Amino acid sequence: MSLSVLYDAPGPKARMRSRAISVVGIILIFGALVLLVLALGAPKTSANGSVQPGLWDASRWNVFTDVQVWRSLGQGVLATLAMAGVAAAIALPLGVLFSFGRASDNPLIRVPSTVVLEFVRGMPVLLMMLFILLVFSTGSFWAGVAALAVYNGAIIGEALRAGIKSLPRGQREAGLAIGLTPISTRMRIEFPQAFRQMLPIIIAQLVVLLKDTSLAFVVGYSELLRVGVKNLPDFFGNRYSFSFFMVVLAIYLAMNLSLSWLARVIARRTGSKGRAVTPDAPSTPANPLLAHPRALGEQSEGGNSP
Amino acid sequence: MDAIIENLPVFLDGFRNTLGLLGLAGVGALVLGVFIAALRISPVASFRGFATAYTEIVRNTPLTLVLFFCAFLLPYLQFSPGYFPLAVIGLTVYTSPFVAEALRAGVNGVHVGQAEAARSVGLTFGQTLTYVIMPQAVRMVIPPLINVFIALTKNTSVAGAFFVFELFGAARKITNDRGDQVIAILLAVAAFYLLITITLGLIAGRVEKKVAVLR
Repeated sequence: MSLSVLYDAPGPKARMRSRAISVVGIILIFGALVLLVLALGAPKTSANGSVQPGLWDASRWNVFTDVQVWRSLGQGVLATLAMAGVAAAIALPLGVLFSFGRASDNPLIRVPSTVVLEFVRGMPVLLMMLFILLVFSTGSFWAGVAALAVYNGAIIGEALRAGIKSLPRGQREAGLAIGLTPISTRMRIEFPQAFRQMLPIIIAQLVVLLKDTSLAFVVGYSELLRVGVKNLPDFFGNRYSFSFFMVVLAIYLAMNLSLSWLARVIARRTGSKGRAVTPDAPSTPANPLLAHPRALGEQSEGGNSP
Repeated sequence: MDAIIENLPVFLDGFRNTLGLLGLAGVGALVLGVFIAALRISPVASFRGFATAYTEIVRNTPLTLVLFFCAFLLPYLQFSPGYFPLAVIGLTVYTSPFVAEALRAGVNGVHVGQAEAARSVGLTFGQTLTYVIMPQAVRMVIPPLINVFIALTKNTSVAGAFFVFELFGAARKITNDRGDQVIAILLAVAAFYLLITITLGLIAGRVEKKVAVLR
């Protein structure tokens, strides 16, 4: 496989140089990381002259030998997963409903659902949570669930609609020609294909949903973030706040990365079809500039929906 | 309705701060994102690995956690330039990998035949990039980039929970004062957000249409 069409294949000298730069790069990056770790670990003298131990000092981490801490963190994780699970379970059917409404032939259905979709997609989830909490006084759990479900339902609905639109017209025409009603054509012919194509995007959106449960922290729901970086440091003392932050970060990364990994596996299994219809990223038939082979196949990860 | 009219200065104050966060964090994320994207497509393997790790880690961290780090832990580590700059730092860091991914997707989207044609008529590496690849890539990158900025607009609301007085903060304050008109107040705040997001969306749609013709 040729590396790139942009320049001639590197000769021995160029290869040597590139290897040298790579080694220097590794040394630079590792040096910076080591410096950062050392700087964080150095004891600090505060304004009143008292010396605080560094951030890696055992006195800042001994709290994790307490079983109760892990039990609280576990409860936080469960609360986060419960909110994400319920919200996802509502968001998926809602998304299907939205996509049908927006792709409907009847303007009486299409226009209102378009307006609702645009409104919901343009509004911050946090504002929706506050709105639902104050107007319907549902309690923080259901406020979070409802806002996440509506918002992500709208995004999933848009993805499904793009999927339906990208199907060849012959699919719908064939369905109608063999005598299926328009609704059953959509349900039995178009929708299953669109759903399959859009599955990677939908799962990427579920990662976003899982991340966004942390917003419920603001409306007062005791999920992982509130338990880990607010309640526990409040209880055990400020000097643990950095340690708790690191642990919470690690838990979030473990959850989200495994879900992202699942999305990638599914994207690979649905094959190139799934990639070609990514709505935001332009379709990528080939890759002239990227020399490394991992560039393709990471496209369909929903990188544009922070 | 009167709750909105009498609180209009508060709304506008919040709106200005939201725009400020959007502008500063947007520029910051663009600069950092270009840098990360450049590392990501560089021929040096270690830079690529670093950029990939950065992208994956930041992208899978909740924004609330990033802003929490900026608002509480950076001051604890004796770095405290005030809550507004801290929120800008947090939003910049959080948005930069999304910018980088959008840029990378755009460069990937240029067809390989374009580069091959440019090379075969004798253009050098630099000429190929500046005259053939980049003009196409930039056009393709703008709509997804605008989507990133729309998301950033919505994400600025999270800064409102960390002591920055922007639209979300304004909503909280005014609904506290006027509990009787919550719906009207929140609809007004939503209108301000939609003013930004729908405008950006229209621009993205128009650019997309132009690009579609060119392709």
